[in-house]
Amino acid sequence: MNGKAYIDIAAAMARTGVLGYGGGPSVIPLFRHEAVSRYKWMSDEEFGEILAFANALPGPIATKMAAQLGYRQKGTIGAFIAVIAHILPTTIGIIALLGTLYSLKESTVISGMIAAVRPVIAVLLGMMAYEFCAKTWKGLGKTVGLAAGLLSFLLLVLLNVHPAIVIILFLAYGTIHLRVSRWAKQKTGKDREDSI
Amino acid sequence: MIYWQLFSAFFVANLLGYGGGPASIPLIQQEVVDHYGWMTNEQFVDMLAMANALPGPISTKIAAFAGYQQAGWLGVITATAATVAPSAIAIVILLNLLSRFKHSPAVKGMTLLVQPVIAVMMIMLTWEFSHVSFESIGYVQSFLIATAAWLAMVKWKIHPAVVIVAAFIYGGLVLPHIGS
Repeated sequence: MNGKAYIDIAAAMARTGVLGYGGGPSVIPLFRHEAVSRYKWMSDEEFGEILAFANALPGPIATKMAAQLGYRQKGTIGAFIAVIAHILPTTIGIIALLGTLYSLKESTVISGMIAAVRPVIAVLLGMMAYEFCAKTWKGLGKTVGLAAGLLSFLLLVLLNVHPAIVIILFLAYGTIHLRVSRWAKQKTGKDREDSI
Repeated sequence: MIYWQLFSAFFVANLLGYGGGPASIPLIQQEVVDHYGWMTNEQFVDMLAMANALPGPISTKIAAFAGYQQAGWLGVITATAATVAPSAIAIVILLNLLSRFKHSPAVKGMTLLVQPVIAVMMIMLTWEFSHVSFESIGYVQSFLIATAAWLAMVKWKIHPAVVIVAAFIYGGLVLPHIGS
């Protein structure tokens, strides 16, 4: 019984790691399937709770989920097993794949293959850039979103400030942003009333 | 020394990547290419291509390969641990101590405000990587492949992994005969 719990964790996490195509966020439905539907470790609400938390913290989302799901079942060792099982297969996969590819780089077929993928990656990144722009637009609104984008362009590209500093500055303002925008709204609301 | 560099590079990049793995790609590029010079932009694109073709979380795959290239298997462990451990430990501790932070306006505001910075970094990265492609196969082929990829992924909703494999096949069969 005891051993089986660890095997369950390892199997569930290895499956989600190998089947989750397209980076962390796409793997969340698979986690839900394993934790809620297959093994019944928790209810849908509890899963949503953990997900909300994982989203609030920095760092890769999938490994945070794996850690908490494993911890909830079997404590620290469970968390450890969950994270390792989740990332080990693809970790070995990428090293083997890139190792082979680089050793064959002289071949024109292989170098053609590599070259043809580069534009695809550029498109993928462009799509991600677009998504982040859309999220900014939706979350912050047009004016603030555009201003924030321009400000970070100015700092990052024109003034060459280290991204860490820019992000920390933006995060620091982020902690008070909602209060500021509520205050701004109240004030403009009041102004309007005054003018009427 | 190299282990410490690997650890701090991946620790910083993933800590600042608010919003999951993909958000930290530009930050990792900054550390790995611009700061430490472990790879050229070209190598970084190639690695990203492979990482996207394989399943699983993206940032741990990048960490694993960069770690392996710099310092072998110990490097893999160091870089992956730096990527995974801090946030994994944080979530376990936080979730089990207190559960009122996640709805706090401060946390929500932070997640909102980091988006524009990541957006700008992504745009710059797209720009740089397009250049890598122009230099290796020229404008015509680059645009052809990019347009096809965009149509496939955005219009026809074909999975990126399938598109990457298709590009591989095209590149292996056609590009060697075009001669640059």
